[in-house]
Amino acid sequence: MNFSVIRKTLGALLVFEAIFFLVPAITAVCYGEWYELFIFLICIGICGGLGGLCVLPKVKNKNMYAKEGFVIVALSWVVMSLFGALPLLLTGTADSFIDALFETVSGFTTTGASIFTGEQIDGMAKSLLMWRSFTHWVGGMGVLVFVMAFLPLSGAQNMHMMKAESPGPIVSKLVPKVRQTAFILYAIYSVMTVAEFIMLLCGGMTVFEALHTAFATAGTGGFAFSSKGMAYGPYIQIVLTVFMLLFSINFTSYYLLLCGKPKEALTEEVRTFIIIVFTAITAISLNVHFMGNFEGKGSFADTLRQSAFYVASIVSTTGFGIEVDFSLWPQLSIGILMLLMFTGGCAGSTCGGMKLSRWIILSKGGAHEVGRLLHPKQVRKIMMDGRVVEHEVVRSVNAYLVAFILIFCTSILLISFDPLVQGDFTTAFTSVATTLNNVGPGVGEVVGPMGNFAGFTDFSKVVYMFDMLAGRLEIFPMLVLFTPATWRR
Amino acid sequence: MKIIIVGCGRVGYSLAGKLNADDNDVVVVDVSAEKVAETTAQFDVMGVVGNGATFSVLQEAGIADADLLIAVTNSDELNLLCCMIAKKEGNCKTVARIKDPEYSKEAQYLQKQLDLAAVINPEYEAAKEIARVLRFPSAVRIEPFGEGKVELISIRLGAGNLLVGQSVREIMPKLRANVQFAAVERGDEAYIVHGDTVFEEKDVLTFVSTPKDAVDFLTKIRRKRHAVKDALIVGGGVITRYLCDILGSSVALKIIEKNHDLCEEFASKYPKTTVINANPSDYALLKEQGIEKAEAFVALASLDEENILLSLFAKEWGVKKLVSKINRIDYDGVVAKLDLDTVVCPKNLTADIILRHVRSAKNVHGSNMQNFYNVVQDQVEAAEFIVREGSAVVGKPISELPWKQGVLVASIVRDGKVILPRGNDSILAGDSVIMVTKDVALFDIEDALA
Repeated sequence: MNFSVIRKTLGALLVFEAIFFLVPAITAVCYGEWYELFIFLICIGICGGLGGLCVLPKVKNKNMYAKEGFVIVALSWVVMSLFGALPLLLTGTADSFIDALFETVSGFTTTGASIFTGEQIDGMAKSLLMWRSFTHWVGGMGVLVFVMAFLPLSGAQNMHMMKAESPGPIVSKLVPKVRQTAFILYAIYSVMTVAEFIMLLCGGMTVFEALHTAFATAGTGGFAFSSKGMAYGPYIQIVLTVFMLLFSINFTSYYLLLCGKPKEALTEEVRTFIIIVFTAITAISLNVHFMGNFEGKGSFADTLRQSAFYVASIVSTTGFGIEVDFSLWPQLSIGILMLLMFTGGCAGSTCGGMKLSRWIILSKGGAHEVGRLLHPKQVRKIMMDGRVVEHEVVRSVNAYLVAFILIFCTSILLISFDPLVQGDFTTAFTSVATTLNNVGPGVGEVVGPMGNFAGFTDFSKVVYMFDMLAGRLEIFPMLVLFTPATWRR
Repeated sequence: MKIIIVGCGRVGYSLAGKLNADDNDVVVVDVSAEKVAETTAQFDVMGVVGNGATFSVLQEAGIADADLLIAVTNSDELNLLCCMIAKKEGNCKTVARIKDPEYSKEAQYLQKQLDLAAVINPEYEAAKEIARVLRFPSAVRIEPFGEGKVELISIRLGAGNLLVGQSVREIMPKLRANVQFAAVERGDEAYIVHGDTVFEEKDVLTFVSTPKDAVDFLTKIRRKRHAVKDALIVGGGVITRYLCDILGSSVALKIIEKNHDLCEEFASKYPKTTVINANPSDYALLKEQGIEKAEAFVALASLDEENILLSLFAKEWGVKKLVSKINRIDYDGVVAKLDLDTVVCPKNLTADIILRHVRSAKNVHGSNMQNFYNVVQDQVEAAEFIVREGSAVVGKPISELPWKQGVLVASIVRDGKVILPRGNDSILAGDSVIMVTKDVALFDIEDALA
């Protein structure tokens, strides 16, 4: 294990975190929140100073292999979250360190699950709200991808980090150099964020609200700036629906579109995603309209808009809520939404979940198994977009599913100790599902769109934090971090 | 520069690494997903899996805006086809590797007809290098510059060499030899020679001089040896064939080859050589074939390990000149410590030729790079430039120019005459200048200025 490279990279990351703190600091200046500004300046000092100390010593051995790549990725998310929790803790907004950390992990992993009640959020300083939302934006595309785009790190082996941090079973570059690839990704990401920001401004949001919401949508996070969620009228909801879906599509597709290759941009995964989204919206709106029976049910147009919003919100794993609570919808609709939670969007986007391409590979593999029962000697290859999916990829997808299920089950068992979930399996199940898939809200009174995670014990919160990190980093980096063999000489 | 490399074999892999280190955008193409994965895991390059001679794969690799395509697969025909399609589809220069001697004879014709920027033949380059050291056995390496007027020669300083323990400043007035010391290789490290450098035993010293002065210098330090008159060659591959072509009847060659068919082919093509059909790792046989009396031993078997062992064995038997081909093994440092005399690496020779093309093409100032040679892999390079009118290096005495650390003006060829520059000499426009650098990559002679 090359500790000096790890130290240096983490140091660079802290320096970047200090720069990230400038965003809420500027917000604090704009709103005259001098106390918060003071806290943010302290945080900038801590991160910048500590980061600088770690970066400055020269590194002799620059060798970085897959092992270091995984460890750096996992550790950087932990470190980012630990220091990112400082403002919430120092201002006294969060009651305890665990609460502050939960909120930050939830932010960086773009989960959007909160430990704050609606009233607390309404009373929170604007700069702190902005920081929460900005963590979504940074976490969405990946912290290290950001560092890579702006810092010449030790060279070729950066791809190990990019692979470990980027979502999806197959991570490939857009252009030959890792650094340029990272740069292009962030450029597309930023342009889309700005586009959404402008559209939201047109819908009558204030600059703060529009910026906050744009950050939260881009990272498919889901922190809201007020207790009312996104109950902001049809225009805003439609804009958000569109952008949540746009941010769940593979960014490679946008790059291919820009290069003038629309046919190649429309990959099998993207096509499947579009079909799934439309089917889900149609099924849910019909189901809710004809079978739904709850307070506040509107016309069919309203229902259609609300179902589209929730489908986009869940499939993109953003987790925004609106005026209606989907927990009150008929069971079929809730079931569909639960399934969407597990599929997530496309690989290479900012959303969580297991990613569609994995499900495509898994289901094709399943179909092949059935085929093999009928023709035992048959040789078949899994194809995607007219290409053979390498055996290595299929294997890692299978392993991913197993690891995912194991972590899911273990987490449910651990959560079962919590007094809050006694006699309430829905909460236990959906709270783990929503954190492991980085969605945000679950189903039910406690963790539904109107609830929060404040009431859980610290132990449960730690479990949720692990799940959120494991979900965002696609499990294996976290497992590598906790494998003794990683740390042995 | 955007470069596509088709074929991720030994040559393709090492090219990908070097071109990437030179800050180019490299895309590698190979039919084997495994090989592509290996290359992309090691270097910051992009990979495409597929047949590089198909239009769709080349398009995916970005042929439309590529500047250079290098086809180095194992098949000559495929390489040529690749280059033809690339020429049709993109606006790029193409370089093809040609291995087969039959095509190689027609390399000039192919290059012209297919509009190739260069045809590279690693095996032929290796054979040329081997022929050079056989003709001049004192040298570990020898590379001609300035159209053959100057040579870059490396020698190993054995025990009892006059130079050992002396500094350059002390030895030069005593020797009165017309040579320019350039670099010293000591263990894993290489250094540019300066006045205070003290030579040690086992150093490999690289110097620049005219061929005549080199002989004079070697005579003075009592290291001059006559051209080899007979050599024992192990392995009857393509390099051996080229070597027979180049050396002709000037050297009596004895070839030991396992494969009977190959032996018959050699015997019919080169009747003057002695062809022995036997397993070369049979040491009794090597003794029977007179290994202890051979003037030179050339190990060109397909396995690197076999070549190393055979050369060590020949060294034990007191053969003076050893040449071993090492292609795959990358333990450069370890091999260097074995003291194997001349080590020839075809893939590195190829990489040198391509690097010269790439750097010339990237060079915007217009001082054309004529020749490029990696003296010590990844450490010391030698490059030859024609200096253009108005260049920043022109007109001032060399000692007054702000050279970068690790840069040496090794020699100047002006109007066919060789000048070994001293501090008050100056470079003129039109001169051909040979630069030796350590850890500095030159694209243009002006890059050597701080």
